[in-house]
Amino acid sequence: MERIIQYTEALREAADQEMERDASVLVFGLDVDDPKAIQGTTRGLLERYGAERVFGTPLSEDAMTGAAIGMALAGLRPVHVHIRMDFLMLAMNQLVNVAAKSRYMFGGAVHVPMVVRSMIGKSWGQGAQHSQGLYSFFMHVPGLKVVAPTTPYDAKGCLIAAIRDDNPVMFVEHRILHFQKGPVPEAPYSVPPGKARVTAKGDDITLVGISYMQVECQRAHHYLAGEEIGAEVIDPIWLSPLDIDTIVDSVRRTGRLLVVDNGWSTCGASAEIIAQVMEQLQGEREVRVKRMGFAPVTCPTTPNLEDAYYPNARTIAAAAYWMVRASGASWMPEERKDLQSIEFKGPF
Amino acid sequence: MAEFSFFPSTERKTAMYERIYRSLYRIRRVEERIAEVYPTDTIKSPVHLSIGQEAVSVGVCEALRPQDVVFGTYRSHALFLAKGGDLKAMIAELYGKVTGVARGKGGSMHMIDLKAGVMGTSAVVGTTVPNAVGYAYAVKYRRENRLVVSFLGDGGVDEGVFAESLNFAALKKLPIIFICENNGYAIHTHQRLRHPALNICDRAAVYGIPTERIENNETLRIHERVKSAVDAIENGGQGPYFFECMTYRWKEHVGPNEDYQLGYRSREEAEPWMRNDQVGVLGALVEESARKSIEQAVDAEIAEAFALAESDPFPAASELMADVYK
Ligand SMILES: Cc1ncc(C[n+]2csc(CCOP(=O)(O)OP(=O)(O)O)c2C)c(N)n1
Ligand SMILES: [Mg+2]
Repeated sequence: MERIIQYTEALREAADQEMERDASVLVFGLDVDDPKAIQGTTRGLLERYGAERVFGTPLSEDAMTGAAIGMALAGLRPVHVHIRMDFLMLAMNQLVNVAAKSRYMFGGAVHVPMVVRSMIGKSWGQGAQHSQGLYSFFMHVPGLKVVAPTTPYDAKGCLIAAIRDDNPVMFVEHRILHFQKGPVPEAPYSVPPGKARVTAKGDDITLVGISYMQVECQRAHHYLAGEEIGAEVIDPIWLSPLDIDTIVDSVRRTGRLLVVDNGWSTCGASAEIIAQVMEQLQGEREVRVKRMGFAPVTCPTTPNLEDAYYPNARTIAAAAYWMVRASGASWMPEERKDLQSIEFKGPF
Repeated sequence: MAEFSFFPSTERKTAMYERIYRSLYRIRRVEERIAEVYPTDTIKSPVHLSIGQEAVSVGVCEALRPQDVVFGTYRSHALFLAKGGDLKAMIAELYGKVTGVARGKGGSMHMIDLKAGVMGTSAVVGTTVPNAVGYAYAVKYRRENRLVVSFLGDGGVDEGVFAESLNFAALKKLPIIFICENNGYAIHTHQRLRHPALNICDRAAVYGIPTERIENNETLRIHERVKSAVDAIENGGQGPYFFECMTYRWKEHVGPNEDYQLGYRSREEAEPWMRNDQVGVLGALVEESARKSIEQAVDAEIAEAFALAESDPFPAASELMADVYK
């Protein structure tokens, strides 16, 4: 029997197993040691490993990121946790100017093995400053790695890989994915950088869904199947290094690429993926491409506007349909309750 | 008996003065040589010279042990050399050569020498302060017998990360000593135009950190006071400590020239500092023949380092893509 656990428990188990294996692994950040233990992802670690290895910090994102780098320079493997990705804006200097640069700018003399966990919020009025998916900022910078796992399986394997990686890794979670349940082996394993996963097969169009949008793309796959459109769905998992070959191979077959991002499209991950695919396939094959992402506005809080702000399975399916059925006919599937597999309860 | 025990201490003092003089003289001559070479454009790296400020790095590093680690700023030639960084590799770095401390990819602002305990320096003001704090956390976590020194300028104090870093260092009682090199200016802007009160030590003291301001750029005084902090931490005491060392930059903010003509400061302001030149002050404490032989040896070492740097190769083109990731 496969063991089914929740995404948050998969993260907790990964941290626990790595801390057990390696005394140089530390976990810190605002509230990692409080009663809620970051949605349970750090629960029990303080009791097991003590307050020197697991500690809540002052509200000092800048200095604590700098301190994580200093620890890493000294040979520790810190995991710094932020409950919202938005807060990383206070740590950009250390992440971009120090963590990303140190190895290169010191001619390989040092390396910075650290993990920065951060969460993207969504819905229940998270709004302007608690909902941003800003990982493309980090994809832009040489020296950083970026990962955004969708499933509990990948959450555990990627966190283990990130902790073992000798470079700074931006580990991007999505608050709604925290409620995902799925099969997760108990023994430690790693989902290493640079390998995407084909999560559904199809020949008519390639859907690339990033982070939570991977879930919506899988739902879209089912909507499209009802119209006899085969959508291949790919989860890049690691955004940097990016496994572009898996995506190119798929698009070479389907001739259509729709990238659905969990962020804005302009200069975003979707723009990067499409650019790389076109660089490889131009002249070889006709390709239709499209990006979907957050509406190019600030995230509103009221539910009806928020719904319009995000892509969802039905709007994704509609866009894919339009790309496949060149007739220009428009179509929007009826909502199907059987595709709502994720348990989610607000408020948070 | 009293005389007998006094005798070795005098000898120790003589040896210490010679060491300190050598270090001061060496740093001064290296930077003077950089300034001489600079107009030839063979050094293509912005240089922030420490000329006039050597006392701080030398006084502090004389109090440190080899296992101690220092973090500094883009103005760290003095710190690098005082802590024992490799002179040849430093000069090669300025020339952009593959034999440089960072294989020619860092330049003057990114000096590093792990063997000597010099961690990489940064061009972004204030950034190494939290890195030093994190390093000190690791030292404490591992129960290692060493400590960390974080050098920053009076401008670094303006940055928010300064407050955050001191707060955390004090909270965790880390084995770290902060050295604020107060030369009065951030580029061309005096501290008075940036701080409502000239109270840098007070800012550190609010976190419960023992602080001390050391006037007059005195190498021996800096050494003695920092040594007492090092000893206290070594003997099971707790950090952090904070020192504000008053000093003065003689040259322009960046580059090899003087800048008194710009008008933001006057030569009269600089003159008392120049009269108290620590290279001269310490030189006078060293016996003439010993001084001469120190100077000869240092001059020869510097000449060799520059000659090597000139003839060393640039990095191969393939180095462009190397060391982005480990
Ligand atoms: C974050 C940041 N802001 C601005 C600058 C531009 N800058 C370079 S040096 C400097 C002055 C720093 O003064 P101080 O810390 O006193 O050091 P000093 O140059 O006097 O040694 C400034 C503002 C910078 N490098 N980094
Ligand atoms: Mg200054």
